[in-house]
Amino acid sequence: MTAPHPGVFLLTLALICGTCALHFAFDCPFLAVRVSAAVPAAGAALAATTLAALLRTALSDPGIIPRAPPHEAEAAGAAEAEAGGRPPPRAREVLVRGRPVKLKYCFTCKMFRPPRASHCSLCDNCVERFDHHCPWVGNCVGRRNYRYFYLFVVSLSFLCVWVFACAVAHLALLARGAGGAAAALRQSPASALAAAVCFLSVWSVLGLAGFHTYLASADRTTNEDIKGSFSSRRGVQNPNPYSRANACANCWHVLCGPLAPSLIDRRGVVPPDGHDLPPSFAAASRPPPVAFVAPPVAPLPAPISAPPRPRDAARALQATPPEAKGSSSGSYSNLFALGEEARHAYTNRSLEAGEGGAGSEAAEAGLSASRLRLLLHTTMIDAALDLDDPDPPPPHLALAP
Amino acid sequence: MANNRIPSGPNTPGSQQTPTQQGIKIFIQRDYSEGTAVKFQTRFPPELEDRIDRQTFEYTIEKLNEHFDMAETADCSTYCEGCLACLTAYFIYICTETHYEKHLRKISKYIAQQNERVYNPRGIHLTDPILRGLRVIEVTIIDLPNCQSPTGNSTQLRHT
Repeated sequence: MTAPHPGVFLLTLALICGTCALHFAFDCPFLAVRVSAAVPAAGAALAATTLAALLRTALSDPGIIPRAPPHEAEAAGAAEAEAGGRPPPRAREVLVRGRPVKLKYCFTCKMFRPPRASHCSLCDNCVERFDHHCPWVGNCVGRRNYRYFYLFVVSLSFLCVWVFACAVAHLALLARGAGGAAAALRQSPASALAAAVCFLSVWSVLGLAGFHTYLASADRTTNEDIKGSFSSRRGVQNPNPYSRANACANCWHVLCGPLAPSLIDRRGVVPPDGHDLPPSFAAASRPPPVAFVAPPVAPLPAPISAPPRPRDAARALQATPPEAKGSSSGSYSNLFALGEEARHAYTNRSLEAGEGGAGSEAAEAGLSASRLRLLLHTTMIDAALDLDDPDPPPPHLALAP
Repeated sequence: MANNRIPSGPNTPGSQQTPTQQGIKIFIQRDYSEGTAVKFQTRFPPELEDRIDRQTFEYTIEKLNEHFDMAETADCSTYCEGCLACLTAYFIYICTETHYEKHLRKISKYIAQQNERVYNPRGIHLTDPILRGLRVIEVTIIDLPNCQSPTGNSTQLRHT
């Protein structure tokens, strides 16, 4: 979940759970006896699917494109644009399957947005194949979670219809038995409430399901549909270059195609510069410690232990001994273990630079403290967001004593 | 002027160069000519001219593009995977690796191997694009400490 205001999402969750609770508490016992035991079973299956899809949509990464680091942004020519006072609107045009498409420069993310990506102002991130920002699920809907969103909308419309039908059937059977609609309403006011909620919401949900079925079959996004990106202008046809041969193929690809990987590492540590270069490169790029003493063949006495990459760090976190993990402040001890590692990496760097002494000590302490704070932020924010870690630790590491 | 619109035209440089503390960095940009699927431009950056021959570099990028293409294409098995995931309300993704992730692992392995065998000895390092959000392939060029001049180094290595 990336949006700053989770209130509407909680309202959605409360509405769905509340209506389902009314359905299971009041309608189901009656209908299970009078009609069939399959009624509660079907309702439970629908409700479980809807809730799973909702949580999946809300909590997964919609396809956020990580921001470009400074040197990459510089290469894209951003520096000159920013230096000259008011930057001109920058765009670049490419041909996608023979159709010209404008790539706009994103001043927040410091890159040219890929085709179909857009910057969400609420989440403050560029999202791949941006569909829309859905306040009801409290997240952007993009390339990675569109299928979850579609499943949510479709299953929610089925659930609405189902709960409404059950409540009406319950009231009708009561009315026939007790004689009169008024008596039935007095006997089961909860059914009437559930029916009312469903009746009010079913229209918009059904409409949305239909709309998204149309969009998926044309391989369009809501964003493109609203902007009219592919509507014909001044009589000139402007077909969608991303569309496949037919509607079925589009649906298949959008909803069941290969799931794109998450490009962000939500629980990672911000690594120092050049962490992904091999040690010899990192050594060569650094200023030599003492200009004349060190021979050029073996410039550094100790090779730099490569600073931890985020995923390795996560693995190290998993592999911490059980006594550290099992204690009451488990998460904090893990945090400190990680902090230690990050600081060691930093110590190596500062020693390599050949600037020993109190000054560098102080700088090191300050930096490790800020890194620790950053870590705390990351861990606290992401504690609830571990639905789809793409890289589980290998079993032998997780089981290590 | 349709010619200006091709991805490697003058307005859309295929690679840009920036000198940083860690040597020269070149960025191989994405090629969107066939849609939003991941594909990188195979244009040979002139900065690499005296370090590596054009075929080797282009072959590596083409091989990478092939790998990404395999990751993105949806054949029968990926559709089955998608359908199965849908039927289990996507809970299956918690316990299995997706088709795409398998290919990403292969790509990382391929890049590491190419770096080790071909590029690192010549003072070039390719960064796995997944570490840059699949936006670019970052190429770092560096003067290795034991080489006097880049040309001398590369010729010396070519003979070995």
